[in-house]
Amino acid sequence: MKRIILFIFAALILVSIAMVGYQMFYDPGSDQVGMPESSADQIARGAYLARVGDCVACHTMRGGKPFAGGRAIATPYGKIYSPNITPDAETGIGAWNAGDFWRALHNGKSRNGEFLYPAFPFTDYTKVTRADSDALFAYFKTLESVHQSNLQQELSFPYNQRPLLAAWRSLYFRPGSYSEEKSQSAEWNRGAYLVQGLGHCNACHTGRAAFGSSDIKSDMAGGMIPILNWYAPSLTSSTEAGLGNWDQHSIADLLKKGISEKSAVFGPMAEVVANSSQYLTEDDANAMAAYLKSLPQNDGQPDGSDLLTFHDVTAKMIPGAQIYVKYCASCHQSKGQGVASIYPPLAGNRALTMQSAANPIRMVLNGGYPPSTEGNPRPYGMPPFVHVLNAEEVAAVVTYIRNSWGNHAEVVLPTDVSRFVGTPLE
Amino acid sequence: MTHSSTGSSNKRFSGMWSNLLAVLLFVVSSTVLAQQVVPDTIAQRALACSACHGKEGRAGSDGFYPRIAGKPAGYLYNQLVNFREGRRQFQPMTYMVDHLSDAYLKELADYFSDLHLPYPPPQVFNAPKEQLERGRQLVFSGDQSKNVPACSACHGQALTGVAPAIPALLGLPHDYLNAQFGAWRDHARQAAAPDCMAQIIGRLSPDDISAVSAWLASQPVPDDSAPAAALAAKLPVQCGSVPE
Repeated sequence: MKRIILFIFAALILVSIAMVGYQMFYDPGSDQVGMPESSADQIARGAYLARVGDCVACHTMRGGKPFAGGRAIATPYGKIYSPNITPDAETGIGAWNAGDFWRALHNGKSRNGEFLYPAFPFTDYTKVTRADSDALFAYFKTLESVHQSNLQQELSFPYNQRPLLAAWRSLYFRPGSYSEEKSQSAEWNRGAYLVQGLGHCNACHTGRAAFGSSDIKSDMAGGMIPILNWYAPSLTSSTEAGLGNWDQHSIADLLKKGISEKSAVFGPMAEVVANSSQYLTEDDANAMAAYLKSLPQNDGQPDGSDLLTFHDVTAKMIPGAQIYVKYCASCHQSKGQGVASIYPPLAGNRALTMQSAANPIRMVLNGGYPPSTEGNPRPYGMPPFVHVLNAEEVAAVVTYIRNSWGNHAEVVLPTDVSRFVGTPLE
Repeated sequence: MTHSSTGSSNKRFSGMWSNLLAVLLFVVSSTVLAQQVVPDTIAQRALACSACHGKEGRAGSDGFYPRIAGKPAGYLYNQLVNFREGRRQFQPMTYMVDHLSDAYLKELADYFSDLHLPYPPPQVFNAPKEQLERGRQLVFSGDQSKNVPACSACHGQALTGVAPAIPALLGLPHDYLNAQFGAWRDHARQAAAPDCMAQIIGRLSPDDISAVSAWLASQPVPDDSAPAAALAAKLPVQCGSVPE
């Protein structure tokens, strides 16, 4: 008996060592040859790609020097602070070469071989080509050097033990590359490459499973963003943000302007548009739109079991309607039709009728402005109502807009609202 | 949805129907009125601010949301940028301005700065005479032994601020004043370096702070509440927010 236990114990240790060793030394793609030159063209392309990848959002803290790191990324496992990626030799990536940088993007490892936390979306960036990686690196080398030491991660045990990421990687990560879909157009393939790779849309729009993994499914079927408490809608369901029946132009508008005739961005997507997608070229925005539009659409209609009963309609809808008329109708109009590209329509707006009511609740509580963009430099805004309406009133008005003008969705309860009242806004 | 109802609940339903009908009529009638074109103005764009800061920026219903109408444009702009960049910390404000451009924030600041509306009378509260006297003394003479200049040396003899970037000290709720003093002390509120207010408030005792905020909050705002056009003399301290 003792011998068997000893054997199992030894086997466990051996497997662990083998796994860590494998993950340490397995570096596919390291043989790919880099592009040595640092031409102005390459640097300009790198600057553009850095926008597409939204690198600045995580690698800059509020009010801090761009790309000098220090922003806390809140996760269920603790806080991870983004590192300095300016070319400072001591605290940034000044000592890195293009190969080190490529390995970080492609294999999720730091220059010294340490495993990087998957808060850095290398599971998506692994699809970035070597040429694009080199362009990014050439651009980062031209940034102003900022001497700012990286902050210690504040993760709880055992998540603060980096070598354990070997197990995570074994389960959830395979280095890869984008393989062209021959049956599709060049535009579609460009869109797919950007969405799946640098754009890292999966990071939010694919729900997180065990241990923060999102990569294996990569299905963009939507999910709650941990800690931030916004719901990233499914991009593949026609009842959520699935884009199958949007025209390509509206999708591209939303990415570039932050507002389209049908909707406006808010919450974390406002940040994405502000820092990243507004800078897309027309061609790239259209390519991403073409790809997103083509994603398979699941017609996941709610099953009806929790939909309003007749009694609910009268009980919930009357106070909701009164609140709507008093506070909402002056902008969103009395039939929820909104005003195109100014105040988003609520009638037929799928952001409101998804199963998760998190987003409409938070919109009512927190209000907000879409980002200033070139196409919409002076956005109209929505006031917060957190101190005007109580949880019961917010529940009533959200229930009302979810069930008026052809909308149909579950009743929202005051308890659904209360859990978002104190949720942090950043 | 089925409409099979029992006889006993018919009455209840008919009552509800008439309620529903009333609401629907209201909605329909307001539809006719509401088919308006959205004004392409900064006032329309600034409506989101009024939920907290009151109609036309005249201050909210409690001490948390200060009046923004009529304040110097440079001061308002600096605060908007400070919220966006994390030098001032109030999440709901940061959330609103997070992705707005400098040019747009400037336009919003100019809009509220140009609104000149009468102030309500000051709050009435019973502060001890000695406390008010100490407050008045600090406001107009400072305290040389603590190296604290008079408030009026920067904020204007009338305490209505100085264009373009120094705010008025009158017309602010007592709670708001106390909260700001506390935030400066704890470095939760900051301004561009050199951060003169942080330096000065660091030298004041808690009693001094209570005295100043009690006196300020109990003063009426003069009829001419516009900020002074220029400083009467050089600033006694260097301030990053006020270009020399």
